[in-house]
Amino acid sequence: MLQTYDYPQYDYIQSPEQINGQAVRHPLVIVGGGPVGLTMALDCAQRGIKTILIDNNNTVSVGSRAVCYAKRPLEIWDRLACGERMSNKGVGWSKGKVFFKDDLAYQFDLLPETGHKMPAMINLQQYYLEQYLVDKCYENPLIELRWKHNLISLTQHDEHSDLKVETPDGIFSIEADWLIACDGANSKIRDMVKAEFTGHFFQDRFLIADVVMKADYPAERWFWFDPPFHRNQSVLLHKQSDNLWRIDFQLGWDADPEEEKKTENILPRIKAMLTDPNSKFGKNVEFELEWSSIYQFACRRVDNFRYGRVLFAGDSAHQVSPFGARGANTGVQDADNLAWKLALIIQGDAPIKLIDTYNEERAFAADDNLLNSTRSTDFITPKTKGSRYFRDAILELAEDTQFAKPFVNSGRLSVPTPYKKSSLNSADQADNLFDSDMTPGTNCTDAPIIMNGKDAWLLNQLGEGFRLLCFGDKPTADVSIGNITAKILHIGSDIIDQKGLLTERFDGQKGAVYLIRPDQHVAARWREFDLKKIQQAIKTATCNLG
Amino acid sequence: MSPIKAELNDQLNIADPDGFYQELIDAQRGLDDDKQQLMNAKLIIILANQIGDRDILSAAIQLAEPK
Repeated sequence: MLQTYDYPQYDYIQSPEQINGQAVRHPLVIVGGGPVGLTMALDCAQRGIKTILIDNNNTVSVGSRAVCYAKRPLEIWDRLACGERMSNKGVGWSKGKVFFKDDLAYQFDLLPETGHKMPAMINLQQYYLEQYLVDKCYENPLIELRWKHNLISLTQHDEHSDLKVETPDGIFSIEADWLIACDGANSKIRDMVKAEFTGHFFQDRFLIADVVMKADYPAERWFWFDPPFHRNQSVLLHKQSDNLWRIDFQLGWDADPEEEKKTENILPRIKAMLTDPNSKFGKNVEFELEWSSIYQFACRRVDNFRYGRVLFAGDSAHQVSPFGARGANTGVQDADNLAWKLALIIQGDAPIKLIDTYNEERAFAADDNLLNSTRSTDFITPKTKGSRYFRDAILELAEDTQFAKPFVNSGRLSVPTPYKKSSLNSADQADNLFDSDMTPGTNCTDAPIIMNGKDAWLLNQLGEGFRLLCFGDKPTADVSIGNITAKILHIGSDIIDQKGLLTERFDGQKGAVYLIRPDQHVAARWREFDLKKIQQAIKTATCNLG
Repeated sequence: MSPIKAELNDQLNIADPDGFYQELIDAQRGLDDDKQQLMNAKLIIILANQIGDRDILSAAIQLAEPK
């Protein structure tokens, strides 16, 4: 197979504690160096936590695996200073087409609102993404990456865990105050703490193939239901960087994975697609297979994201079907939610119960993702004859009518789930009406601003700690609760809203004060600066009400 | 009987029911089983969209359950 990518080999280093045979207690150990574990390490370290990340391998993702990254995770990575590198390398896209048999049934444009730093969606091979994250981790002195460290057992105590870890030099012990399990859908840690992981398994199999070819073909998401070149099944096509194309073939439950994964069986499928006039590739496209995999999927989640001092994030906490790009994208938002809470607890600025709001908010988001991804899967993989007729009915109708188009579900693409009912929110009051969907629990939308005379972005000013986004008169002083300070960001002096988009998006014309959490989510908002209410809202958002 | 079922029209609402029934049957005459099923599914989606009201649609789904 052709390789467009050279896999980095990261150095295994025997830790001093293994050499000495003396177990050391660490504030935080993260298990698993995938997109979620690496993001978690960067976010925790950026908030001042000394972080050890262990991974049983010493390179990045083999094969491109996750491909689509949505705006919100890109904004999180931008906060961690690696989002620009990803969006520059990735292939931006917003348009999609859905075909049924020979015909175009539906097309969409994610129609990204202008005035955001990050694009609606990019496609990027997972190995590039992980490599950029690893590079960033190496720049941070608070992060220690320990490659070829395989967790083999875990014993929980009241305030820490004992880990047994195997390296090329044998087995040794690590103690961790907090442990974050980013060890994927087949998490061993889940079994070690006897957590439940339940949901639906889908009786279907998919072949994913990464194909290198020079094709004069737009960067759009194309989805076929029952195309002539792959009868009775679906096919999905995405463009990635370096002339690499991702093709997903639905195979059905009866397919034999051992047979299907053989190159000699994969090539005819790709050839049938590329030479079919319906695939619009033109006749003689030359291609080479770079990587392939067979998978079946499930929609399930862990019963609680917290087991004592062990926390689950990413696929170890929730597994979704791939349609909608809701796996890695939501996992990164787990990190966004957890890191600041853990930092406040470790620094002694919030009680330990703040960590339970991680489960509250992210399990809520996971359920929303699971609902959407299960619905997409029910459409793409009808389970009964009857549902297959309804699915085909909608696809036929979508060709001729407007009303049927929105029913077509080839995956509802990942968008953040607002924490609308979170216990950390201070709800809008009746005398406190806003014409803006920046309600408490919602991640702040971006907007272009001027700062120090230069073009800048709102979101780049948020995320270090709590902030008070103030429209109208400039308040006199920042607001503090104990060691927690919400610094004022005043529109008109600290930043200038030259285009008016920021004021419009937050309905700030009549004056407004927004309390923004360290993860860039709105905690509370008011029409006027009221010190007592702000103090109360900071206490609410940090579980410091007593 | 559940309360939402009351929203469904319990009375005949189509003039010439025999004529409508015949039109429905005739429209599927000559179609194989597969095409008939597909046509029925399309009809349900078209009519459901025409009705629109979610409570009425829920009540109809409930009423249609096989005995």
